[in-house]
Amino acid sequence: MTPRLTTFLRALAALLALAGPAVAQDSPGPLRIEITDGVIEPLPFAVPTFVARNEGAGGLAQDITRVIAADLANTGLFREIPQDAHIARIGSFDAPIQFSDWKAIGAQALITGSVLAEGDGRIVVQFRLYDVFSEAPLGDGLQFAGTAEGWRRMAHKVADAAYSRITGEDPYFDSRVTFVSEQGPKDARQKRIGVMDYDGANVTYLTSSDAIVLAPRFSPDGSRIIYTGYESGFPRVTVIDVATLQKTTVGGVDQNMSFAPRFSPDGSRVVYSAEVSGNTDLYALDLNAGGTTRLTTAPSIETAPSFSPDGSRVVFESDRSGAPQLYIMPAGGGDAQRVSFGEGRYGTPVWSPKGDYIAFTKQNAGRFHIGVMRTDGTEERLLTGAFLDEGPTWAPNGRVVMFTRETAGATGAPALYTVDITGRNLQRAATPAAASDPSWGPLLR
Amino acid sequence: MKTTAIILMAALALGGCGNRLGGGAGGAGAGGYDPYGTGAGYVPGGPSDPTSVAYFQQSIGDRVLFAVDQSTVSPEARDVLAGQAQWLNANPGYTALIEGHADEQGTREYNLALGGRRANAARDYLISQGVAATRLRTISYGKERPLQICSTEACYSQNRRAVTVLAAGAGV
Repeated sequence: MTPRLTTFLRALAALLALAGPAVAQDSPGPLRIEITDGVIEPLPFAVPTFVARNEGAGGLAQDITRVIAADLANTGLFREIPQDAHIARIGSFDAPIQFSDWKAIGAQALITGSVLAEGDGRIVVQFRLYDVFSEAPLGDGLQFAGTAEGWRRMAHKVADAAYSRITGEDPYFDSRVTFVSEQGPKDARQKRIGVMDYDGANVTYLTSSDAIVLAPRFSPDGSRIIYTGYESGFPRVTVIDVATLQKTTVGGVDQNMSFAPRFSPDGSRVVYSAEVSGNTDLYALDLNAGGTTRLTTAPSIETAPSFSPDGSRVVFESDRSGAPQLYIMPAGGGDAQRVSFGEGRYGTPVWSPKGDYIAFTKQNAGRFHIGVMRTDGTEERLLTGAFLDEGPTWAPNGRVVMFTRETAGATGAPALYTVDITGRNLQRAATPAAASDPSWGPLLR
Repeated sequence: MKTTAIILMAALALGGCGNRLGGGAGGAGAGGYDPYGTGAGYVPGGPSDPTSVAYFQQSIGDRVLFAVDQSTVSPEARDVLAGQAQWLNANPGYTALIEGHADEQGTREYNLALGGRRANAARDYLISQGVAATRLRTISYGKERPLQICSTEACYSQNRRAVTVLAAGAGV
């Protein structure tokens, strides 16, 4: 059950820059996508199968190449030119590129690479990214070394480098998502906490389905997950160590229920809701010192808190105005400013990792939406609309949002979806079973 | 012999059904409930025994319903809760766990809080009718345990509920 990432993390060698075959560009060339543009034409790229540097590397070279292509194509920002349309072959990683062959098939970006399988179960992956039209590499070549079983992570690292260099955005493919895996009929749903690579690979389960588990959230370093669990029979805020699976109940007292927890950006504090005599308020718990602070005292429902990236403020949901709306207050409690003013009900706000947006769930006129707004409530933009969309979580780079979409009716079931903050590229994420409540973890190191 | 066996099985099936309707969503046991007690005539512990859990569930009513987003106890609900209070006062050997539930129209977190409000509204009414607070606990399941699984108001109205689940014991 020990997730592979921890062993892999130890094995992953530091990135090693390779000298490029030509002078590396200091400034981004013409090969550039601005993600914030509303509608863009996907950038055509070619990624010939990485060169296997020895016999044992052949299968992995193919697999790694396919994952790189999938990472990039699934963003909707890139379009792969199929390999059967290629007219040139890359026989050697260091051979000169015949750019005219790649221009001829319309490729604007070219990714080449090689894979070496070392005898001890380790592999070395090298790659280069080229701007085909300026006939020059885009950035230095890179080399990654690690265990063969961590090959998907190396593929994600390559795709992350290509994505970042072309978009100017931070990477996010080499990351994991925790979620709730769901099975069984709607009135007797069984739930357990899963963790998977962002693309649905390498799923592991951290809990059994004996008790209801809700809304797991990664700690900032990805080592712990905090969730609401009914293991004791009552909902409790619980922390589970991803490596050891050791569980600790935190916050709340026996007669009350505690739920909707999230970590602070430095991982030292937790903010959550507790219900006492029917009234739900917000509380903060210092995980190191152990003290609990009550943050709100209103008779209304205060829930779904989320820290700002600097840890100084908390955005949350409250029905103090009569219906649920979004508010921001200092992280230690105090005056709250209402930030949502549109029609409908707002819930589950989540501050983006860049601090520039708040993602939220909106319910209006019988439909649910995932939306984003500036932290002062302006520029509200709905990204989705469906029978039941809820619970957004941010990709580590703050440019993609994952959420739960549940279908209606007796056979209704939830699934995970992603969408760009522009509202483009809505995609269902691959999970082995029905799934809900995603929380996107940090970029892995 | 064969006929008897079939009748017994039918009674078992009914009993199972009744238990499912009345029992706790979280599997909190309805202590003392006799699943065989749905046959005709008076059976101690059966639904015609006024001291039985089955009687509480079926004749008094173990649940009250709420309007959309509301936790106000309606006049109808008051009647049911008054009956529950009377039963609890007459049967001091039981405690109750009041489960609050919400329909699926709402976020997970808000519905948990809303279920908490509903369970406590029912609890407060029972206390106002003389039931000792120490015999009553509450829990919210939010939208996690719908009773009806369609996605229309016909089902939603049954899911917005507070269910009083009995357990044998004297309370804390």
